[in-house]
Amino acid sequence: MAEFFHMGGYGLYVWGSFGVTALCMIAEPLLLRGRSASIRKRIARIARLDQEAQS
Amino acid sequence: MSSRLINWFKFSSPASFYPLARKISVVSTVIAVVLIVIGLYMSFFVAPTDYKQGEGYRIIFVHVPASWMSMFIYVVMAGWAALGLVFNTRLSAMMAQALAPTGAMFAFISLWTGSFWGKPMWGTWWVWDARITSELILLFLYLGYMALRAAIDDPRRGDRASGILLLVGVVNVPIIYYSVKWWNTLHQGSTIKMNNQTTMDETMLITMLIMTLGFWAYAIAVAMARVRTVILERERSSTWVRGLTAAEI
Repeated sequence: MAEFFHMGGYGLYVWGSFGVTALCMIAEPLLLRGRSASIRKRIARIARLDQEAQS
Repeated sequence: MSSRLINWFKFSSPASFYPLARKISVVSTVIAVVLIVIGLYMSFFVAPTDYKQGEGYRIIFVHVPASWMSMFIYVVMAGWAALGLVFNTRLSAMMAQALAPTGAMFAFISLWTGSFWGKPMWGTWWVWDARITSELILLFLYLGYMALRAAIDDPRRGDRASGILLLVGVVNVPIIYYSVKWWNTLHQGSTIKMNNQTTMDETMLITMLIMTLGFWAYAIAVAMARVRTVILERERSSTWVRGLTAAEI
C-alpha cells in the first residue's frame, strides 16, 4: 500500500497531478449546482410575486 | 428517419433545447463516471511501468486528455460563435458561454499537470517553451472571453464581441498543436500520430483513450447542465420560463 502511494519516488508529482485534476472535476459540478440553484430560486420568487400581484 | 426530416433549427430555440439538454447531461454523466472509473483503474493497476520514467509517466493519463480537451473545446466554442454570428441564433452564443469555464479548467489542468511532470523529468516547474507558452495563451483566451462577455451589459452585443474574440483566437490552436514540430522545444513531440506508427505501448494508449472519452463525456455533461442554467439566467423574464412547472425547471 505504502509502495503504491510512493509511486517509485514520483508520489508527489503523480498525486499532485491526479489530486488537483480530481479536485477541479469535482468542484466544477458543485459550483454549477450552486449557480443553478440560485437562478431557480430567483425564478420561483418572481413567480410567487406575480401570483400575489394577481390575487 | 432521414436527417432531412428533422428541423435542426427547432433546437436552436432555447425553449425546445432546454429539456433536451437535461437528457443529454444525464446520459453523459453516467458515461463519464463509468469511463473515468475504468480509466483510473487502468492508469494505476493495468498500464505497465515505463522503462524510462518509471511510475512518473502515469501523469500522462490526465495530462494528455486534459490538453486535448482544452484545445478541442476552444474549437467547438469558436464553431458555435461562428454559427451565432452567421444565423444570429441565441442558443449558439449560450453554448459557447456554457463551454468556456470547462475549457478554461482543462487548460489549467493541462498546465498544472505539465508542471508536475516537468519538475521530475526536466528538472523545472516552468519553462517558456513554445508548447507551454501557447497553452498559457489559450488559458488567457478563455479568461479574456469570459471577462469580455461579462463586461458588456447588453447580452446580444456581448455575444457578438466575445464571439469575434473567439474566432480571432482560434489561430492559437494550430500553433499549440504544431509547436513541437515548428520549434525546437523542450516539450516532446506527439506520440500519437495521425498517419504514422504510434510509438506507444498498446495498454498505455488504450488507457489514455478511455480517459479522453471519459473527459469528453464529462465536458458534455457539465456544458449541458451549464447551458440550462445560462438559458434560465438569460430568459428568466420570458413567458416560456415562467410557464415551466416545478418538475420541468
